[in-house]
Parts: sequence; C-alpha cells; structure tokens
Amino acid sequence: MSTTTMTVVEAARTTLQDEMRRDSDIWVLGEDVRHGGVFGQYKGLVDEFGPERIVDTPIAEATIVGAAVGAALVGTRPVVEMRFSDFALSAMDEIVNQAAKIRYMFGGQGKVPVVIRMPSGLRGNSAAQHSQSLEAWFAHVPGLVVTAPATPADAMGLLLTALRGEDPVIHLEAKELWQISGEVSDDGPSVPFGVGRMVRRGADLTIVTWGTALHEAIRAAESLGKGGVSVEIIDLRTLWPWDRGLVLESVSRTRRIVVVHESVRDVGLGAEIAATVAEELHETLTAPVRRVASPRIPVGYSPSLENAYRIRAPKIIETVSSMLGIEAAGPFATSPASAVSAQY
Amino acid sequence: MDMEQLLLERTNRRVVARDPRSTERFLDLYRLMWRIRAFEIAAEENAAAGHIRGMIHSAVGQEAVAVGVCRNLLQHDLITSTHRNHHHALAKGVDPVAMMAELFGRDIGLCKGKGGSMHIADFNVGMIGANGVVAASIAIAAGAAQALRMKGSDSITAAFFGDGGMNRGQCLEALNYAASYRLPVLLVCEDNGWAATTRTSSVSAGPGTTARAQALGVEACSVDGNDIEAVDQVARELIGEIRHGAGPRLLHCRTYRLRGHTCADLAAYRDRSEVEARWKDDPIERCRSLLKELAVLPGRIEAIQVEEDLLISQAVAIALAASWPDVNEAFLDIQSAGALA
Repeated sequence: MSTTTMTVVEAARTTLQDEMRRDSDIWVLGEDVRHGGVFGQYKGLVDEFGPERIVDTPIAEATIVGAAVGAALVGTRPVVEMRFSDFALSAMDEIVNQAAKIRYMFGGQGKVPVVIRMPSGLRGNSAAQHSQSLEAWFAHVPGLVVTAPATPADAMGLLLTALRGEDPVIHLEAKELWQISGEVSDDGPSVPFGVGRMVRRGADLTIVTWGTALHEAIRAAESLGKGGVSVEIIDLRTLWPWDRGLVLESVSRTRRIVVVHESVRDVGLGAEIAATVAEELHETLTAPVRRVASPRIPVGYSPSLENAYRIRAPKIIETVSSMLGIEAAGPFATSPASAVSAQY
Repeated sequence: MDMEQLLLERTNRRVVARDPRSTERFLDLYRLMWRIRAFEIAAEENAAAGHIRGMIHSAVGQEAVAVGVCRNLLQHDLITSTHRNHHHALAKGVDPVAMMAELFGRDIGLCKGKGGSMHIADFNVGMIGANGVVAASIAIAAGAAQALRMKGSDSITAAFFGDGGMNRGQCLEALNYAASYRLPVLLVCEDNGWAATTRTSSVSAGPGTTARAQALGVEACSVDGNDIEAVDQVARELIGEIRHGAGPRLLHCRTYRLRGHTCADLAAYRDRSEVEARWKDDPIERCRSLLKELAVLPGRIEAIQVEEDLLISQAVAIALAASWPDVNEAFLDIQSAGALA
C-alpha cells in the first residue's frame, strides 16, 4: 500500500476536494472560504468548484448553521466552516436544538448530515475567545458525533467518514496540529466513528488522550520508556461515540489509566472516561484513575499565562511516575508547537 | 405617502374582477379553514381533559394566513413553522389523524410520539418542521431553498414566523442571508400582536416588520391576515415572483391571537373588550360572508362543516384508541454512529 507524506491541512483539503468530486451534493459554507479559510483548509477549492459550492457567508454563525441544517434536510451535505470553535457558541441553538434534535423530534423523518468544522484549541497567544477546546460541551449532546483528529491520516479518515455519514458531526481540528506532517495512505481509507487508535503498546499504564495532547503524551511515553516504564497510548480520535471497548481492554491489562486532554479538566470528557473505568474495572485497578488536563481558567493572552493552560510532557511524566511509585525523570524540555511538528 | 399607505399599495391593487371559478376556490379555502378551527377546538378540549399532555399553542383566529399562503404552494414546495404550527401543517396537507395522534403522544403519530405539538413535521407533504425556538425556522427554510436551487429544483420554501420572532437576531440574520443570495423563500410574518404575554408593539422599535425587510432590499407587503381573499391573492403574486427568480419576499399578515399564548394561558393581561372586538373580525366568519356574496347556498357551507367536524372527531377517536410508543422507541432515531442496534 503506497503512502504520501502530507500535513494535516493538506490531508483535510485533499479529502474534501476528492469527496466534492465524487459527490455533487457536498458543498461548503462559511466565512472567507473562497479566500481559502483562515488556515488554508479551502485553498484553491473555489477555482475548481465555483462560488455555488464554496459559498462565502455573512458573519452570521447562527444562520450559517441553521441554513446548513435546512440544506441537509433536503438532501445535500453541507460542510460548515466555523472559523474558530469559539464562534460556534453563537450557533448553539442551531447545533444543539436543531441539528442534533431534528432527526429524533420528527421521528426519523429527516437526517442532518452536516459536518461542522471547528478549528479548536490553543494557537499562538490568541487569548480567551479564540483558544477554547469545547469537546465536552458537544459530546454531552445526544445526536452529535464529535471527532478530534490528531494526525494527517486521521484528519483524512475521519473527515471522509463524516462526509459519507448520516449524522451531524462536530469536527474539532486542533489549530496547533495543522502543519504537522505524517504518512497518509493513497487509497484514502476512512476511519470509522467510535474506533480509537492504539498508538503504542505498553504494559505498565494506559494513557487515553486525543488532539494536541496526544503528541505530548508520546513525548512523555518515550521519556518514560528510557527509564524502563512501559506506557500504552490510545488516541480516542472520536470523542462521541468513544471507544469504550478499546479503553477497557487496555486498562484491564495495564491496570492503571491516566486521561490526558488539553481542555478544562473539571466536568470535562476525561471525567466521563475516568468514571467509566472506575465503574467497570474497580477491582482491577491498582492505582486511582488520574487526569492530566487544563485548569479551569480562561486562556490568557501572555505566553506565561497561556502556558498555565497547556498540557506538557513533564506533567504527564510526573503523574505517571507518582502512580507507579517511582521518581520522575529529570527536567524535561518544554514543547513548543514546532517541536510537536518535528515528530511527524 | 405614509409608510402604511405605501405598504398597502400592493394589497389595494388586488381588487380585480373575481374569476368565475373563484367560488369553488373559496369553498376549498373555507373547508381548510374550518378543518383547522375544528382541529384546534378539539385539541383545546382534549388538552383540558388531560388527553393532550404538553403545551399546545392554538391558532384559532389565524387560519386565513396559513390557508391563503399554503394553498398557493405546490406539493413539492416546502414550509417551516413555529411552536404555533397546526394551521400551517394542515393547510400544507398534513393528515389530521396522524397529527392529532402526535399531539396525543401516540405511536401512530406523525413523529412516533417523539415531537408532539411543537415539532410537527411531515416530509411527504413538504412540511419539513415546526420549531419550538422562536425564529429558528427561518434560516432552516433559507438553507433548504438554497440547496434545492443548487439541485436545480423549482421548489420554493415558505417560512412562517411570528411578530415576536422579528426581534430575534436569527430573523434579521436569515433575512440578510436570504436577500444576499436572492433565495427562493417566502418569509411570512404572522403578526398576531402578542409575543407570549407581551404586546409586541411595546417592545419593537421602528415602523414595523415590512420596513425592516425593505431596509435590506427585500420587497415586502402587508395584508389584512384575516381576509382570506387578500392573503390568497397577494401570496399567489409573491410566490409567482419568487418562483420566477425574483429572490425572497416578505408577507406581513396582520391577524390576532384570539386565544392565550398556550391553551393554559387565560390571557388575563389583556382587556376582554379587546378580544371581543377582535372576534367580530373572525376570519372564518368573514370567509362565510364572502361565500354568501358569491351566492353559495348555506346548505353547501353546512355540509362542508359537517364533513370536516366528522373528520376531526374521527381523528380524536383514533388518537385516543392508539397505543403509547414502546419505551425502546426512546432510544431510536438519535444518530447513526454508535446507535443501539
């Protein structure tokens, strides 16, 4: 099977382009998409598909999502660009009360196959209204699928599944991961919803993570490995439905779990995973379930403040070490986004 | 010329000689209006009796708006509606039996008992959804219209909303959206004067609904929404223009909510004399007068009423006898990914 190396943004753009060629019912609406989108996700697409399918909208998020819902109900597949996930808060009625509820309220008469793309998380001192990771909000709502690819292959595979599916999908695209590179299969396999990825096998402890934090978890595991600690890592990839089977199988072997996510810890998605493991595997666990996640603070502008929110490898190493009753390895270099991208 | 005069210009233009076939048409419109009235009264009675559990929002007094607009739509045209939607649904051709069963929360209901009164939908007749959130139906209609045009269809979409909805940002956003893309949408503002328990005029700035639309370049006109002939005629004109690519139009229908906001609302916040005066403007009475003008024999009118009353009483009987949905149904139709098998 041949592969190509590409970045996340290239993988996402290529996938959308291929699917739009295959299916004339797919179209894009959002702010500045003809210009290519804030991050180049749509670069050049208007040249191929024209302004009828790559539609620039007014800055009116509620109506953008509302219109997409209506367009989906009559048989098209709108892809909504939200620009920043924070701006989706202006469309919460349309996402929560309309997109997520219509199929149910109308007794299955209408499906809403809308893909709502939300660039998400930290990126270079964007402060409190352009940095949030709101996966827990969306995962809480019956009717929504929530995806969070962390690699180019998953950016391709999950978008492909979303574009061929029947559900409204909240597609969280980590802004700090746009430019990381990785291998992508040339036959563009889809990644089914609800199937996590075993990133690395290990015997001592399981880390469950997603999005940007995956890359810090990998760094932590590599460092811990040098000290003889064997860490297993699962990238959930889909946050709803999440892969309970994979997580429970892993933890039943390693008997320890840390959930790592770069979003607010309190009442976050990690709590759901922790609770599930505690309910199902209480007798198996040899250590309490732990979470490494962001504190419950708005994201500050200054680098020193923003870093207070960031999830980094040293914190993961410290937590894992304490669970295993070993001393943490020495100081660990902090990881700017460029260091993350160097791994792929 | 003052604004009101300007807006009424189109309405006044409608005074043309009636088509010889108009008698049959008005009988058809009357039949639907009567069906709606009978349905609403039956729903109110069954809510009072405890057979209908949730809130219902009666459209008594607003029948002419729904019938006048929907009878000018084609089968493959679409509508969206609001919490007060029974009249729109029935006028678009929704089966009153399945709809009554939905209000009763039964398994044979239009939406399998999952939606109830506020979430009526029947995709088979182009009713793509009532909405419990004020003004939310407008963007959905705009998007449906945009997508259908993209697919080469000549369908148009009508979005019903209320005077209260005009004050929501979503309404103004959607109006701008529809105008920007010249979408084939008819925006029908059914102005019953009341935003729940608040008189809409007391919380609405500016000269009114049509002026807001016109400010965005959307051609708008205002009609007496209790005059079935006026609504019918103006809606036909506007729908024709929209279908020929003129872009969105707004139709402001002045009517009155003869009941409370919900069937549990006695509307003690308004003078009884106001309501009594408005009953003299009952659109059904006015339509009956029109039929008399057209020399329709009273027996024909009576026969229609009897037939429609029977249909509605049968709907109630069928709904009452139907089963509750199986509890397993609560877990179905949520989403495909991760769905229970």
